[in-house]
Amino acid sequence: MRTLALKDEILLKIDKPARYIGGEVNSIIKEKEQVDIRFAMCFPDVYEIGMSHLGIQILYDMLNQFEGVWCERVYSPWVDLDAIMRKEHIPLFALESQDPVKEFDFLAMTLQYEMCYTNILQILDLSRIPLLARERTEEDPIVIGGGPCTYNPEPIADFFDLFYIGEGETQYAPMMELYRSIRDKGGSRMEFLEAAAKLPGIYCPLFYQTDYKEDGTIASFFPVKEGLPATILKEIEMDLSHTYYPKKPVVPFIKVTQDRVVLEIQRGCIRGCRFCQAGQLYRPVRERDVEMLKEYAIEMLKNTGHEEISLSSLSSSDYSRLPELIDFLIEECSRKKINISLPSLRIDAFSLDVMSKVQDVKKSSLTFAPEAGSQRMRNVINKGLTEEVILKGAKEAFEGGWSRVKLYFMLGLPTETKEDIEEIAVLSDKIARLYYETVPKEQRKGKVQIVTSTSFFIPKPFTPFQWAKMGSKEDFLSKAHTVKQAVLSQLNQKSIKYNWHEADVSVLEGVFARGDRKVGQVILKAYEKGCIFDAWSEFYKNDIWMCAFKECGIDIDFYTTRERSLDEIFPWDFIDCGVTKEFLKKEWENAMAEQVTPNCKEKCNGCGAARFGGGICFQSRE
Amino acid sequence: MTNQNQHTKVRIKFSKHTPMIFIGHLDIMRYFQKAMRRADIDISYSAGFNPHQIMSFAAPLGVGLYSNGEYLDIEMNAPMNSRLMMDRLNQVMVEGINILSVKKLPETAGNAMASVAAAGYLVSFRKGHEPAFDYEKKLSEFFLKEQILVVKKTKKSEKELDLKPCIYELSIKNGQIYMLVDASSSGNIKPSLVMEAFYKENGQIPSEFDFIITREDTYTNLGTVENPEFVPLDAVGSEM
Repeated sequence: MRTLALKDEILLKIDKPARYIGGEVNSIIKEKEQVDIRFAMCFPDVYEIGMSHLGIQILYDMLNQFEGVWCERVYSPWVDLDAIMRKEHIPLFALESQDPVKEFDFLAMTLQYEMCYTNILQILDLSRIPLLARERTEEDPIVIGGGPCTYNPEPIADFFDLFYIGEGETQYAPMMELYRSIRDKGGSRMEFLEAAAKLPGIYCPLFYQTDYKEDGTIASFFPVKEGLPATILKEIEMDLSHTYYPKKPVVPFIKVTQDRVVLEIQRGCIRGCRFCQAGQLYRPVRERDVEMLKEYAIEMLKNTGHEEISLSSLSSSDYSRLPELIDFLIEECSRKKINISLPSLRIDAFSLDVMSKVQDVKKSSLTFAPEAGSQRMRNVINKGLTEEVILKGAKEAFEGGWSRVKLYFMLGLPTETKEDIEEIAVLSDKIARLYYETVPKEQRKGKVQIVTSTSFFIPKPFTPFQWAKMGSKEDFLSKAHTVKQAVLSQLNQKSIKYNWHEADVSVLEGVFARGDRKVGQVILKAYEKGCIFDAWSEFYKNDIWMCAFKECGIDIDFYTTRERSLDEIFPWDFIDCGVTKEFLKKEWENAMAEQVTPNCKEKCNGCGAARFGGGICFQSRE
Repeated sequence: MTNQNQHTKVRIKFSKHTPMIFIGHLDIMRYFQKAMRRADIDISYSAGFNPHQIMSFAAPLGVGLYSNGEYLDIEMNAPMNSRLMMDRLNQVMVEGINILSVKKLPETAGNAMASVAAAGYLVSFRKGHEPAFDYEKKLSEFFLKEQILVVKKTKKSEKELDLKPCIYELSIKNGQIYMLVDASSSGNIKPSLVMEAFYKENGQIPSEFDFIITREDTYTNLGTVENPEFVPLDAVGSEM
């Protein structure tokens, strides 16, 4: 029997002790004596969020298939336990063995959003690992960062020994071998880091230096050790049908955000929306074989006992075998009384038919993400959705019995005018009118419900908008006010509910997204002043953050509202995600010219991702 | 459509130990729903748009309590060999939960929760948290009292309650305190309430973490209110 790291007295005092006891169905227990590499895989947020993340489930399953490696899970202790652990000097532990993280060989963290950055420091601190990589010794685990945020790792470069750039399926096996061989020869931590920095996709920030110009922009970025690459090409798994995917994912005891079997049907997206980072990072689109997905669906449902399955991808409607897969799932799942939770599909006759089969039309709502109110603006962002398509989908949906619609937009997009913003309200109203025109009075059940939400646009690295000025907090709030006023002046204003996002957090996210190494000290300072769980609005302390920026002498506007020239060296330019900077520049110019670029299925636009030698780039086009 | 009458009612007995004592009742229910699927048990589902498994639990166990006698009832589309079903379920259990018996219930059996009349608990003390008084000696004195008055707090109110008629047995077993108390839905008594009264009687106030409490079994009453005959909940079933 395992001994728990926390005493009963503590476990009975804190919220949801199940977050910390491990032992879940399909969690992996190995004999300590039988393994020679201990690997802690961490999602630096609370258990319910971390356990819902597919990437960790994939890597956990993969690493535990490696001979001699035991991979365990670590999540951020919630604030109640965090306080107890600090007060009672309890070191952070991994869930499976309940052993201190400090004893592990590796601590890997997945970085899914910028607002988890102070939680990285929480994890290191509670584990008693020095926060700064350069202060670590032979006693400390090798700290690795992975996930989408590592495509600009510079703001957090001081905290990590290594970053793994790209998809995790490819380089962990060689890295484990390398570690073993160096350690068994009595090699040092530094020897390992130097060797690891030569592995494809691996970036060791200690060995790279940035020189700045007087204006604060980058003059040069280069390796300071011989034999290290000047640019790092992302890692990618080209054959998604014959690689690691968990047949037995871990099943949490408590309800988590994603409490279901998740089938990742493809990676990448053909669409090329100009604000979207994922759409560029994960190119080219690679589909999984439909027969593989069917087999995994059945096995995963059997091995977990989950009562729900969902499909995951950036744009599920673009998966070529979607109708076949959904037909299969509907058939299987109705027999086994399993629910299908659909990903957001493009609203058309097919998806409406599927939705009416798997969910209660009366209770469910339709989701459209036009992202911008006017057609001009949608052309700028290359969102292929036209008003005609939206209205056609909505009309069909209303005829099918739906009466609730959610609409998502962004504010603060490049070239945006007041008219573009007001169009958000106009489009919402058009959909409401369409309901009353389409559904006869006697068939209506109350008013149509339109929920219109806006978030603030944050320019991200590796997108055509990486050169764009971001709005200030004041800009954002005034734009939200404009939408609010415009909604109030619509005929159907009582049917439209308008929500907008917090502006403070968006500004901070903007700094981290395009930040350089200088930003790291602010994160450290804010953490020392008590910031953690910044992604949780109840714990987000904007005044402390502002204070930290001031004390470090870091100017927020430099990272957000500043105009960037086309020849500026960006902090992330040393990373090669496959898509070339030339292509992104061309797309930025197309955006300014309000020119739409066809998607990858229609035409190859020469983005650069074809170099990976597979996926959509090598398929015949329609 | 299967006829409701053709369903087989089955009662499952299980134990709950560390680390599962930290999992609350609602999550234990979810755990068993998933376990039924993993073990491929031919459980019956309700009709309707969102069918759910026909499953009910006898008496919710508080977080932190151990148990050797938890029960849940399910309905199955067809009977299955008890031994086989127990093995299959045990194969999909986690550390801390064991299936102890699987019995077919008579058609007329009431549901698990309504059947519960009493529960037996063993109470021991955490190391260093033993009472200051001689509890072995004082226990019989305490049980001889005419009335054991306590204040029972609910979310809305506080009311005085006499525990005495709700305690059917109170004794020392291997140095631990054993109590058999009312566990029916109308008069459920928490063992900590009895312990609190016992401590107060001896001039001490216990703290939350002093006790290690194990529910030894859950009972139904085959006798009358005046002359109860308590038997474990699975005694009314038979092997399949």
